Amino acid sequence: MTDTTEKVARPNVAASAVRKAKAPRKVRLWRGLTPWLFLAAPLVLLITFTYAPVANMVAYSFTDWDGVSPELSYTGAENYVELFTRPELFEVFFVSGYYLAASVVQIIAALYFATILSFNVRFRNFFKGVLFFPYLINGVAIGFVFLYFFQDGGTLDSVLSLFGVDSDRAWLGTPVSANVSLAGVSVWRYMGLNFVLFLGAIQSIPGELYEAAELDGANRWQQFRHIIAPGIRPVLSLTVILSVSGSLAAFEVPFIMTGGATGTETFVIQTVKLAFQFNKTGLASAAAVVLLLIILAVTWVQRRLVPDDKVDLV
Amino acid sequence: MTRRGLARTLTYLSLVVAGVVVLLPLLVVLLTSLKSEKEMANDSGALQLPDNLLNFDNYVTAFQDGRMLSAFGNTAVILLISVTGTVIIGSMAAYAIDRFTFRFRKLVVALFLVATLVPGVTTQVATFQIVDSFGMFDSRWAPIVLYMGTDIVSIYIFLQFVRSIPVSLDESARLDGANAFTIYRKIIFPLLKPAIATVVIVKGITVYNDFYIPFLYMPSEDLGVISTSLFRFKGPFGAHWENISAGAVLVILPTLLVFLFLQRYIYNGFTRGATK
Repeated sequence: MTDTTEKVARPNVAASAVRKAKAPRKVRLWRGLTPWLFLAAPLVLLITFTYAPVANMVAYSFTDWDGVSPELSYTGAENYVELFTRPELFEVFFVSGYYLAASVVQIIAALYFATILSFNVRFRNFFKGVLFFPYLINGVAIGFVFLYFFQDGGTLDSVLSLFGVDSDRAWLGTPVSANVSLAGVSVWRYMGLNFVLFLGAIQSIPGELYEAAELDGANRWQQFRHIIAPGIRPVLSLTVILSVSGSLAAFEVPFIMTGGATGTETFVIQTVKLAFQFNKTGLASAAAVVLLLIILAVTWVQRRLVPDDKVDLV
Repeated sequence: MTRRGLARTLTYLSLVVAGVVVLLPLLVVLLTSLKSEKEMANDSGALQLPDNLLNFDNYVTAFQDGRMLSAFGNTAVILLISVTGTVIIGSMAAYAIDRFTFRFRKLVVALFLVATLVPGVTTQVATFQIVDSFGMFDSRWAPIVLYMGTDIVSIYIFLQFVRSIPVSLDESARLDGANAFTIYRKIIFPLLKPAIATVVIVKGITVYNDFYIPFLYMPSEDLGVISTSLFRFKGPFGAHWENISAGAVLVILPTLLVFLFLQRYIYNGFTRGATK
């Protein structure tokens, strides 16, 4: 009797063990699939609208495609050669110089205002808001505000005449003046973001440090040099990289205000015109690849200089 | 005056000058928007006050001839769908990346990370062809899909928050028999509220202000969003600065209101968005 039960029981145990093993496998499969269900939409979008375009762009850059016709032929590095040898195509990089110079002014101004507003100042929140607000304004509206600002008899001329300066110059009329004006607008627009980033970093420095420094007789400049400057280094390096890539990719302000006329054409305006006005998709792709490589290179340099994990202030 | 007193005066002076530099161009445009065509023709000077401070004729023109109403409508539709999509997609991706260990997890994280380095302006040449091949060119779907699909910053903001939610909450729910989706919907998503507020504000302002994508993808006048509709003021209104100014003020006003009411969130949001 005992014998038979054992014999019967054994296969039973084995069967239930098999069943037990089977169920977890199904569960495991389902578990393995779950994260992918959550990631499906983001990944599909990411690949379709970021990686596929980059891959296509690189491919187009070696062809003479016009963006419309079904025919295209492989032209090797011809587009790149054209880009670097035709002076008018290369000139746009000099325009970036104006924006680069402007971003130096912008960072210094942002640092200055962040420092003084981190101390006790009356109407602090009001000034903070005023300095930051331009960053939130629609680019087209900013373009129009400043077209009127630089207009003959517009805001700037009127203000100057208040001080007895009778200026009769067309601010957007010559390449140098126009580029300086547009770069000034971009300082007006973007300074607020840098300022708020710096202010946040300064305020995250513990207050005791200042108190200790003051007890030791440190003045404001010494406090800035030895407490504030080291505290904001990560944000500063981030700002520098954002400024460099922003200067190279300057588009909205010049496009809206001058459309790239009178020598204010930037790299992105030129690329957009090549691609969508002159149907030179191949050449435009080569230009975009060059810009992408420059920006990646700048980012890489910054990452090497300042280790990534330090940029974590929030 | 003592040295300290002088320093204080100079500090305030610099703040006031900066304030004037920021506000004056905007104030002048506000004044111009209230002037009549006649006043403008008489060349009253940019700093002159308008004769009638309550002259809203230019705003009527901006709404009627400038099609600002349909522009606000289009912007609202695009904003609503793309921001909702961004919140759902971003929070799901963050949940999956933080709470699961799976094969290729590192690769997925790297894909999102590297994508932040690719500036959107440069790739539009090729993105255009893809959007066009889906038949989405000149439809509201083009900007909606692009805003949803290329926003990696919000995934990072969500990721930070998901990390701060204790895993023990998930585990106790799982013991109660909840599956992964229920945990996401009932536990993670509600706790993400602060992150959602941040993403909604930052994304909302970005979409509201964007010019490049609607300009490239929606050339039809019917599909004008506020940026592109305002941009079109340049043609028909030519030198009519009073009308153009009214349009600009109309576009800036909502931003100002949002800023005044949500200041704290906005500062936090943009700091977070930029440093990631």
